[in-house]
Amino acid sequence: MQHPADPLFLQRDGQPSAAGLVHSTESFGSVDGPGIRFVIFLQGCPLRCRFCHNPDTWAPASDHAVRKTADELLRQALRYRPYWGEEGGITVSGGEPLLQTGFLTELFRKAKEKGIHTAIDTAGAPFTREEPFYSRFLALMEYTDLVLLDLKMMDPAGHVRLTGRGNDNILAMARLLDTLRIPVWIRHVLVPGLTDDETDLREMDVFIRSLSNVERVEVLPYHTLGVFKWKDLGIPYTLGDVPPPSEEETEKAKRLLHIN
Amino acid sequence: MMHMEQWNGFAGRLWREEINVRDFIQHNYTPYDGDASFLRGPSEATDLLWGELKRLQKEERAKGGVLAMDTDIVSTITSHAPGYISPELRDREKVVGLQTDRPLKRAFMPFGGIRMAEEACTTYGYTPDPALHKFFTEYHTTHNQGVFDTYTPEIKKARHNKIITGLPDTYGRGRIVGDYRRVALYGIDLLIRDKKEDFDHCGYGSMRDDIIRQREELAKQIRALGQMKEMAASYGFDISRPAGNAREAVQWLYFGYLAAVKTQNGAAMSVGRISTFLDIYIQRDLAAGTLTEEEAQELIDHLAMKLRMVKFARIPSYNQLFSGDPVWATLEVAGMGQDGRSMVTKTDYRFLHTLENMGPSPEPNLTVLYSTRLPAPFKAYASHISIRTSSIQYENDDVMRPVWGDDYSICCCVSATQTGKEMQFFGARANLAKCLLYAINGGVDEKTKEQVGPESRPITSEYLDYDEVMHRFDAMMGWLAGLYVNTLNLIQYMHDKYYYESALMALIDTDVRRTFATGIAGFSHVVDSLSAIRYAKVRTIRDGDGIVTDYETTGDFPRYGNDDDRADDIAVWLLKTFMQKIRQHHTYRDSEPTTSILTITSNVVYGKATGSLPDGRRAGEPLSPGANPSYGAERSGLLASLNSLAKLPYEWALDGISNTQTIHPDALGHTEEERIRNLILVLDGYFCQGAHHLNVNVFGVEKLIDAMEHPEKEEYANFTIRVSGYAVKFIDLTREQQMDVIARTCHKTI
Repeated sequence: MQHPADPLFLQRDGQPSAAGLVHSTESFGSVDGPGIRFVIFLQGCPLRCRFCHNPDTWAPASDHAVRKTADELLRQALRYRPYWGEEGGITVSGGEPLLQTGFLTELFRKAKEKGIHTAIDTAGAPFTREEPFYSRFLALMEYTDLVLLDLKMMDPAGHVRLTGRGNDNILAMARLLDTLRIPVWIRHVLVPGLTDDETDLREMDVFIRSLSNVERVEVLPYHTLGVFKWKDLGIPYTLGDVPPPSEEETEKAKRLLHIN
Repeated sequence: MMHMEQWNGFAGRLWREEINVRDFIQHNYTPYDGDASFLRGPSEATDLLWGELKRLQKEERAKGGVLAMDTDIVSTITSHAPGYISPELRDREKVVGLQTDRPLKRAFMPFGGIRMAEEACTTYGYTPDPALHKFFTEYHTTHNQGVFDTYTPEIKKARHNKIITGLPDTYGRGRIVGDYRRVALYGIDLLIRDKKEDFDHCGYGSMRDDIIRQREELAKQIRALGQMKEMAASYGFDISRPAGNAREAVQWLYFGYLAAVKTQNGAAMSVGRISTFLDIYIQRDLAAGTLTEEEAQELIDHLAMKLRMVKFARIPSYNQLFSGDPVWATLEVAGMGQDGRSMVTKTDYRFLHTLENMGPSPEPNLTVLYSTRLPAPFKAYASHISIRTSSIQYENDDVMRPVWGDDYSICCCVSATQTGKEMQFFGARANLAKCLLYAINGGVDEKTKEQVGPESRPITSEYLDYDEVMHRFDAMMGWLAGLYVNTLNLIQYMHDKYYYESALMALIDTDVRRTFATGIAGFSHVVDSLSAIRYAKVRTIRDGDGIVTDYETTGDFPRYGNDDDRADDIAVWLLKTFMQKIRQHHTYRDSEPTTSILTITSNVVYGKATGSLPDGRRAGEPLSPGANPSYGAERSGLLASLNSLAKLPYEWALDGISNTQTIHPDALGHTEEERIRNLILVLDGYFCQGAHHLNVNVFGVEKLIDAMEHPEKEEYANFTIRVSGYAVKFIDLTREQQMDVIARTCHKTI
């Protein structure tokens, strides 16, 4: 299988006026950042997380994905401003939003002109200090109010087994965000037997506590609501019998990560 | 100016000179903008009584839905000896009075129609007294008889084919809210004096039909007031004088309501806007040190308990239509005053708190009159109760207040009415989805093949042309509106004549404003079908007779419920066009025509009678309820759906636009605090755009499925869900209705 890695995206990325490739939008996002948010799911992701509930956003292109300009998306998002109160805004999720940094920067720049709170929900996989990505990333952060960063696992080998890739660059990105003083919410999907290893969670806790920009840590219990999508896509689901974590397991993980 | 000792400590003048409860409230209520921390739990008596009532409810369910029934007493205000929840606990009831002499026993109410009253008995294994049958067929005309004596063949055919449907021609029309507060504030004697004055001034000069009718109605009202006194006396209370304290105020008010539900089995028997009013009495007693907070809560709990007990004998087809044995004892809290003060009082909290003290319940149908300007702590408390119980609904005070003032009540599930100044002629629905099919088939019913509508040219092309369909549809709607209004004129005439609401009208001004409430069924399906015809390709599929019975739609088209103007503009057009056509006709007693988009759960029954539609809905499938988008149409999430609804102009549907949404708790936020905050944001955002109504259910599909499979579980005994304008116990729904509820969109994104 051809790895849907960066090259394809990066060639296209970086052209500010290019439209974004949008998988879908959700008018009522209430768990993806502060307040109620308009969530834009972008198409394409380099990771292959075995517990992913949006595998339909993996492929770099899809018949269902549509190209939308920043202006179009903003116009759509602003329809929901009456619901945002003082906290809400726009969250770009995916897929992996950092595969489309050029488009994202334009979207967020325009959003900030209108005083809209901007957030990115990312797993950090495309992050690299190499150019041209690095400069684009820094430009994007100029207009980003919050990063929701998925930390899946600390153990590099385990991370490869779980997602198909290592995590050096992800942790590096977390440290950079700290340097840049960009507020971050860390999110950890808790999969029994997979991402609930006590040692790993303790290590994650130490890492998180070494950062000064983390406003919130969330444990997201694994759920099976996305499994049907794997079947639809004809991709074998390898977590067949894994149940969602029990309340006690979730509480334990929260304790380990010092979530009250 | 009049002085009564019971009024000591109250301010204001006008309300002492005339019957004017609003003036009394405005001069005396104490707005409360604090939080819920003052509330108290259930008293021992409340726990005992509610425990007994739960036991009775369980027994009722075990007996197939009815605990006991009258078969030989015709229910009137004074027909029964006093009844109590339990003889042993009699002294613990702070508010007394039952519809019959035993709790949950259903009264025999034949004035709407003897056949229905009898069928209700036989369905549950009771045999009605044959003497009553003879009386109500040979000696006395019922409402139902009057209607069927005068129906035209055209009306009968339209009714039989269910293009006009759910009509109140076999049962009480309901939807009249007596101003029960008057009993407490003035006492019966002053009310009688006032009505007698009206009687004396009515008809000076010539005795025309309307004057004679008015005089007769007043005479009946005065008689009903006297009977209320008599009934109260049998419980040991003298309600001829005003209520002297909080307990009496609650009791007096309830006696007024009890007189209503003893005499009328209307499709909705609202209690009205009573919380701010009662708070004035509670405040006075609290200040005087004659009442404690525990006792205040106990009074409200006991009143709510009584309202939970109101029951009518219904026939199976009625229950299928309205499902779950509802009464719509609608009771409002909150709202803003015309002077800008919030009308939230501590008693508004106390009413919501009954859902915590006695658990969730469909009745009374608790309704929050919502304004973005309500005090933040109250919004938070209401939101908290919603999330915990799913038992309250929200209606936009900011759109209703300009139309109805600040003392309106909700007379049904969602329809506003000025308390004590207005009555409504309830008129059920016209099925516009069927009307569209008639337009295509030249007035022939797609199911029965009968020529129901005017014999007009059917559409013969293979593919539907938007302009042609619109032209035909417009004409067919014109026919339907005329027939519908005429049918209702006739029904309301007969109801006034043979089933007049004396007890309720006695508590309403003689010079009454009347609205004529029509309604639309199948709204979203018409919108989506027209959109499909316009934006996609719709091929007709005909049967052997050349009647179009199915459609094949290819290509995508915008659907109502996605905040897409292409579809939503059709929705607005449809509402306005139908309303304009209704307005063209004379309405009974010079009433003001209104319309609604609020089909309650009758969407299942209406759907059965409706053929396939171009939007992809198959024949027989439920129509979507109220103004909700069609099942599966909402592809952009909750707020997009709400935005579509918010575009429907309330001024054009003054009888109400109902919307039911089910939100998974996980989709509302991770923590309780987040969920409360987010629900408030949803309500603020929706209502500030001018939307009218929102039912909020907060639970997952898993819970519904489990409740359907295991109705015997204790936790589901009072598991309440909200459906299109009212609440219902989920386990009381038929399986078909349960499946329909489950199938509807549950907004969940995680």
